[in-house]
Amino acid sequence: MIPTPFEYHAPRTLEEALRLVERHGDEAKLLAGGHSLLPLMKLRLAAPRFVIDLGRLRGMSYIREEGGRIVIGALTTHAEVEASALLRSKCPLLPETAAEIGDIQVRNRGTLGGSLAHADPAADYPAAILALEAEMVAASTSGTRTIAARDFFVDMLTTQLRPGEILTQVRIPPLALRTGTAYCKLHQPASGFAIVGVAAHVTADRSGKIEAVAVGVTGVGPKAYRAEAVEKALHGKKATPKLLADAARQAAQGVDPLSDLHASAEYRREMAAVFTRRALERALAWAQGKKA
Amino acid sequence: MATATRYIGKPMKRKEDPRLIQGLGHYVDDFQLAGMHYVGIVRSPHAHARIRSVDTSKARTAPGVATVLSGEDLRGAIGPIPCAAQLPDMKMALRPVLALDKVRFVGEPVAVVVAADRYAARDAVDLVEVDYEPLTPVVNPEKALAKGAALLYEQFKDNVAYRWELEGGDLKKAFKQADKVIRQRMLNQRLIPMAMEPRGVVADYKPGEKQLTVWSSTQIPHLLRTQLAAMLGVPEHSVRVITPEVGGGFGSKLNVYAEEALVGYLAMKLGKPIKWIESRRENFLATIHGRDQIDDVEVAVKRDGTLLGLRCKVIADLGAYYQLLTPLIPTLTALMISGCYKIPAVRVEITGVFTNKMATDAYRGAGRPEATYIIERVMDLVAAELKKDPAGVRRKNFPQAKEFPFTTPTGLAYDSGGYDKCLDLVLKKANYKKLRQEQAKLRKQGRYLGIGLSTYVEICGMGPSSAMPAGGWESATVRVEPTGKVNILTGSSPHGQGQETSFAQVGAEVLGLDPDDVQVTHGDTAIVPYGIGTFGSRATAVGGTAVYKSLLKLRDKLALIAGHILGEDPQKLLFGEHKIFSKSAAKKSVSFAEAVGAAYVAKTLPPGMEPGLEATTFFEPSNFTYPFGAHVCVVQVDAETGDVKLQKYVAVDDCGNVLNPLLVDGQIHGGIVQAAGQALLEEAVYDEQGQLITGELMDYAIPRAADIPWIETHRTVTPSPVNPLGVKGVGEAGTIGATPALINAVVDALAPFGVRHVDLPVKRERVWQLMRKPRRAK
Repeated sequence: MIPTPFEYHAPRTLEEALRLVERHGDEAKLLAGGHSLLPLMKLRLAAPRFVIDLGRLRGMSYIREEGGRIVIGALTTHAEVEASALLRSKCPLLPETAAEIGDIQVRNRGTLGGSLAHADPAADYPAAILALEAEMVAASTSGTRTIAARDFFVDMLTTQLRPGEILTQVRIPPLALRTGTAYCKLHQPASGFAIVGVAAHVTADRSGKIEAVAVGVTGVGPKAYRAEAVEKALHGKKATPKLLADAARQAAQGVDPLSDLHASAEYRREMAAVFTRRALERALAWAQGKKA
Repeated sequence: MATATRYIGKPMKRKEDPRLIQGLGHYVDDFQLAGMHYVGIVRSPHAHARIRSVDTSKARTAPGVATVLSGEDLRGAIGPIPCAAQLPDMKMALRPVLALDKVRFVGEPVAVVVAADRYAARDAVDLVEVDYEPLTPVVNPEKALAKGAALLYEQFKDNVAYRWELEGGDLKKAFKQADKVIRQRMLNQRLIPMAMEPRGVVADYKPGEKQLTVWSSTQIPHLLRTQLAAMLGVPEHSVRVITPEVGGGFGSKLNVYAEEALVGYLAMKLGKPIKWIESRRENFLATIHGRDQIDDVEVAVKRDGTLLGLRCKVIADLGAYYQLLTPLIPTLTALMISGCYKIPAVRVEITGVFTNKMATDAYRGAGRPEATYIIERVMDLVAAELKKDPAGVRRKNFPQAKEFPFTTPTGLAYDSGGYDKCLDLVLKKANYKKLRQEQAKLRKQGRYLGIGLSTYVEICGMGPSSAMPAGGWESATVRVEPTGKVNILTGSSPHGQGQETSFAQVGAEVLGLDPDDVQVTHGDTAIVPYGIGTFGSRATAVGGTAVYKSLLKLRDKLALIAGHILGEDPQKLLFGEHKIFSKSAAKKSVSFAEAVGAAYVAKTLPPGMEPGLEATTFFEPSNFTYPFGAHVCVVQVDAETGDVKLQKYVAVDDCGNVLNPLLVDGQIHGGIVQAAGQALLEEAVYDEQGQLITGELMDYAIPRAADIPWIETHRTVTPSPVNPLGVKGVGEAGTIGATPALINAVVDALAPFGVRHVDLPVKRERVWQLMRKPRRAK
């Protein structure tokens, strides 16, 4: 890889990193796992003057429980998410999603924060983050703030993060009892990115009535989104196969699907319905204590 | 060949692997020389444009830059890129190593930068300013043939590179007698060969000795040397080509490229060692592509499934220029069009077309996979049309074992074959009848299993010379060193085929040694006698035979020496366990080392015998070889998504005698996987502007381990009569046999939806469309 020349900084502390980001503004790019930035630099499609490598920041890679929530450091790799015993028992949707990202090499380098902040429309995590109603913590030299997942993704490769902010942490609220989650994905055959990726999060009572439901969809449109029409069609209803299938048909409602070499807009719309139904079925089966 | 063997035919692990697995192999990029400079190449961003000017002034003054040269700067200095093919009325589209006046594909080299490090070279590439006048790109080969199409070469008046026909038998009669005529248009998409190691060249010139050494990742070191000498205008004995480890070729390195001549030229001009390593992006754009045909086929059949005649019109998209064999590749499609069937009459009409794309050339199978795809799809179309089982229709048209050598209407003589036996075995191993029952059962549940069959024959062991553009023979020198260790020097320079192992097995077998006593040396024109190279599944059948014949010469000489020492008739001596011993009295023996020593010390040689132990053979076969096989595969199609999962693959291949079954299985596995790439995933897509939009591995899908089920391999053995080893070759068989089997399986799965053909590659969206047509599943 031979990118254009750039100035490299490897801050040791978050404070130092924030000062660098503030100083260099949009001439700087943050480097975490490098799996989005470096391919672009390789092709010289990205040519930042300053590269600020976050890899040496201490204490930004962790998964732990805090006050009932799970908090994850932004520099935690996909492989660490995939292997976390804590997540596997308390929030299996994230390890399941992480396992679907790229290949082992990518998962060993790529980070949760890097993926979310880059906001590739075909990335996997956004679907899960939306379905889990997570919160993003952003730091700047003037302090920190939290952003709800719902508000975080603004457009293709664009998030609520402001210039000078670094995403530092992701917070996952605890799952309710009788809750199931699932991530179902149609892979783009070359890159492994999602043509469609659907994360479902369903809580049902003993009779099968759906008490809470959140569906995150990635790959279909220019940004990941909550399939609100699907959620509305299910909320408070008793789950039947027909209800799930009918609700899933609205998975791309209000969305203008992407169209590319690998999938037309029409196909993406149809697959959004198929994979939403599959994710709902699996999540619900698990919420009801059945094997998926 | 002896019937009971110690090493030949045994599953020996590759001698190459320990060094490769440990990262101890040396590829071109591993060679570092003092003072080395690096090349960056300015490539055309346009598919078709006139070059108004090239301004190299900014790049020249950039830090670390040694020189920058444009096409004008090199006019007349380096000969054009060679094409070895000659067809009647073929238009010669000679390409200079750097574009002059016009560019004709995206990625065509326009200028070259040399700098002290790779970074400086790459940065300076961006500083070269080329003023282009864009012209209308010619992308679609059918539109290229239309009246009024833009012209790649104004002097040729149209975009036709050549027209070529092959006809045999009475086609008119065949179509007149037919009960049915079945027609189909088939696309054979453009593919990127995608060797794991891209191309790379290092060159070093010693002005005192007037010696140019070129390290290149190539399949043809000797042919490259000859061509480089011609292109650079230096005597051939002043050029040495070294081919270190080659990380895959698949035909894409059976070529002479602009960069090889450029790097050699720059080393001579600048007096510095020069290195160029191709990036993956460059590999996509400017290393040859494969396939790319539109085939319109018509077949005349009798009601009982007997084939009477076949006509095929081929439009071959050759790209913008010829590389080494570009125009010849489609002619192989014509030669093999009748497959493993008795078809009394065939006619193939080829139109080679210039388009604004990279040249096509030999890619694993090279014209034969296209032929096999056409005829194997035809067999299934015939079966479907006549409502017959595809296995039965094939069997009905096979030549019988006693009919070999079997002459085809295209004029080939298939050396040996037993097609029925091969088909029987694959049907049995795959449990074909049960599969059909399962398929019927699952269809009732709305699950769509497809069973695909292909029976193929291919043309291998490239030779004799009369049928080849540049010699159909191969050389081998075998030398027994004074200590009794053996060195085999082969002109068939392998790049993954494993000849260091299989040739060592032959050496050990013939001389009664261990394979570790035998070293195989290749890929250095200063050490190895002139050879043709490794392609067309020829290394074992032709190169291996040359090795075997040289070994026999040495064994005969050693028998004479041992006979002289032992006072025994040399005819009665055997070789084994490092000894030469009497057939009748095993105790009467001399050690191999002693006999070898005698040849070198030369005091106890039989009278009149020359000292030393070295033999060279240039072997030219009398005919090609024709391996064959029968493959069955099973796919399951997801009716909701169109996703095709390959579930089961059973291959029965007959490549004649087998030197090493592990190597044969490896070739079959790799070939099938590459075929799965063509059938299900790969496609080089140029947009209307002639931009390659699948120019990265993020967009060009190749098969991965998880896409492939366990591949079950079996063999029948029908030795070839054209070489004493009885071997046929196996490097391309998997690729040739498997693509149609896979597509036939997908079409079979979709039969309830009224589908009779699906084009390559079968993409899931296309399958999904076919399955959701209003037509309900039957």
